[in-house]
Amino acid sequence: MLIDIDKWQEIFSTLKKNKLRTFLTSFSVAWGILILIILLGSGKGLQNAVLNNFEGSATNAVWITGMRTSMNYKGYGKDRTIQLNNNDYEVIRDQIEGIDHISPQFNIWGNTSLSYNDEFGNFTVQCILPSHQYVQGTDVVTGRYINEIDIEQRRKVICIGKGVHEALFKMDNPIGKYVKLNGIPFKVVGIFDGGNQNGDKRVVVPFSAAQQIFNGGTNVSTLGLTTGNASVEESKIILDNILKKLAQLHTFHPDDKSAIFMYNTLEDYQKTLQVFNGIRVFVWIIGIGTLIAGIVGIGNIMLIVVKERTREIGVRKALGATPVSVVSLIISEAIFITTIAGYFGMVLGIAIMEGVDFLVDQAIANAPQTSDAGNQMVMFMNPNVDVRIAVSATILLVISGAIAGLFPAVKASKIKPIEALRYE
Amino acid sequence: MVKIEQLHKSYITGKNSLHVLKGIDLYVEEGEMVSIMGSSGSGKSTLLNILGILDTYDEGSYYLAGELVRNMNEKKAALYRNRTLGFIFQQFNLIPFKNALENVALPLYYQKVSRKKRNQVALEYLDKVGLKDWAHHMPNELSGGQKQRVAIARALISKPKIILADEPTGALDSVTSYEVMNILKEVNNEGITMMIVTHEHDISEMTQRVIHLKDGLIEKNITNRHN
Repeated sequence: MLIDIDKWQEIFSTLKKNKLRTFLTSFSVAWGILILIILLGSGKGLQNAVLNNFEGSATNAVWITGMRTSMNYKGYGKDRTIQLNNNDYEVIRDQIEGIDHISPQFNIWGNTSLSYNDEFGNFTVQCILPSHQYVQGTDVVTGRYINEIDIEQRRKVICIGKGVHEALFKMDNPIGKYVKLNGIPFKVVGIFDGGNQNGDKRVVVPFSAAQQIFNGGTNVSTLGLTTGNASVEESKIILDNILKKLAQLHTFHPDDKSAIFMYNTLEDYQKTLQVFNGIRVFVWIIGIGTLIAGIVGIGNIMLIVVKERTREIGVRKALGATPVSVVSLIISEAIFITTIAGYFGMVLGIAIMEGVDFLVDQAIANAPQTSDAGNQMVMFMNPNVDVRIAVSATILLVISGAIAGLFPAVKASKIKPIEALRYE
Repeated sequence: MVKIEQLHKSYITGKNSLHVLKGIDLYVEEGEMVSIMGSSGSGKSTLLNILGILDTYDEGSYYLAGELVRNMNEKKAALYRNRTLGFIFQQFNLIPFKNALENVALPLYYQKVSRKKRNQVALEYLDKVGLKDWAHHMPNELSGGQKQRVAIARALISKPKIILADEPTGALDSVTSYEVMNILKEVNNEGITMMIVTHEHDISEMTQRVIHLKDGLIEKNITNRHN
């Protein structure tokens, strides 16, 4: 029945001769789908951008840094600087439960110039342990990360970020080559993807060797750890235990919140996810509202179409049209319009979103050339729409259009031809 | 061709029942040209609609070409309307967005005749009513007489056994009325039974037999001698 060429010719000629009606129906369908896709895409873009800012750190990571005390305690005055050290790392590692990965991190400050042949640049240098990879959530692209043997043997090896690789080596393979870190040669063992602009312009070196080489003594800049599968509440308990332990080790008041800075990624991540769940629900409510408006629009138009064609239906019946052929004619027409228009709206919506995606990507790519754009938060990223959702929405609209057309069509097909003929 | 016995029909509107046909007996032979006359409300259009299976009846019996038409399902009724019956209406009832050719070809569409074939046949029939040159004109570009000739071509294309015409000249001036009647007579001469509802005496005089309806009953049944 579907490949009844005659029927389709009949439908095309009807559509062609009722251009305004065809346009109005098509427009309401295409518009509904277009708005839905733009809404969903925008929501997704916002979400992608914000979640991207969590890249370069595991979502269950906790970062701990020594700050300044704000309370007098046990004879110590306030405003005392707390410096974390190797002992803190070992105590926390051994005595606090619920930690699955932990690594100290010693940042080399000041003039940390990294050079290879004639190329050089200033990058963040982090002295770390192998487990740092899990805390930071680093993906190694080529070669390997710092490993246990590097630590044990105090090897002078280095794993570099993608950004560093591009800056120093251009397209060359850096593995096995030596770069000079403040004049001291380090062998490149791997390249990693830092997840974002900041994360890529970093290098990591073994904690044991570098802390000594760069006069770190036993100082630790930051302690990074992950809390496994702990919930937000459980992670808070772990952080509380760590704070108490550090208060004891460094003799500051356990309630002194400013002595230690703790950043719990998990808490932040969960909050952000909740915000986005809210946004998603909101977007869907609007989207479904738009779809319903579209469906009502189609239904309305189909109702008018059938009313308008009642007399024609009467004539057709008098000339030998069966009720089935009448219903089929109207429904096929409805399905045809909604499918074409829905597809058009979908393609247009996806094209707009891809266009925005392209522009945003370009803006991001151009950003590093301006001063400290790398630190800027990207607010919109990859606003892509799940094609399955777009297709489902289109199909839903097509089916609704058919159903909306079905009732009046069946009703019309059942009127006695004489009543339809009298109809004005 | 048509045999009707004690036909009754009432219209029920709300609580009121209007008894339109109160027991009609009628026999029309094959190839006859009959007119049905009567004042408005006499039931002549109702009778024609029942004859055309466009409407149902309450009591009695109606045989069309030897077969009882009663509680016919829509599919079968559609087949009869398509193959056995041809309709001509006062208001022409052409489909406004189809040109003359497509309008004439429409019954063949429902016989699943291919587009090429049915357009070819439709052109022949348009030629027959003298409108070959108007084939691609839309109905609103045609005069009333031309529209009715298109409608006649459309009624003829499926080679019906009987043509039912409801006030075919009602919307036409007298000159075009006669033209249309002449065409209908020619059609009748080819052996197609013709039943015409009219309230114009000069039209009914052009038929072989005049049936006068009054208040839902046959009042007179006059055979025109000159025919």
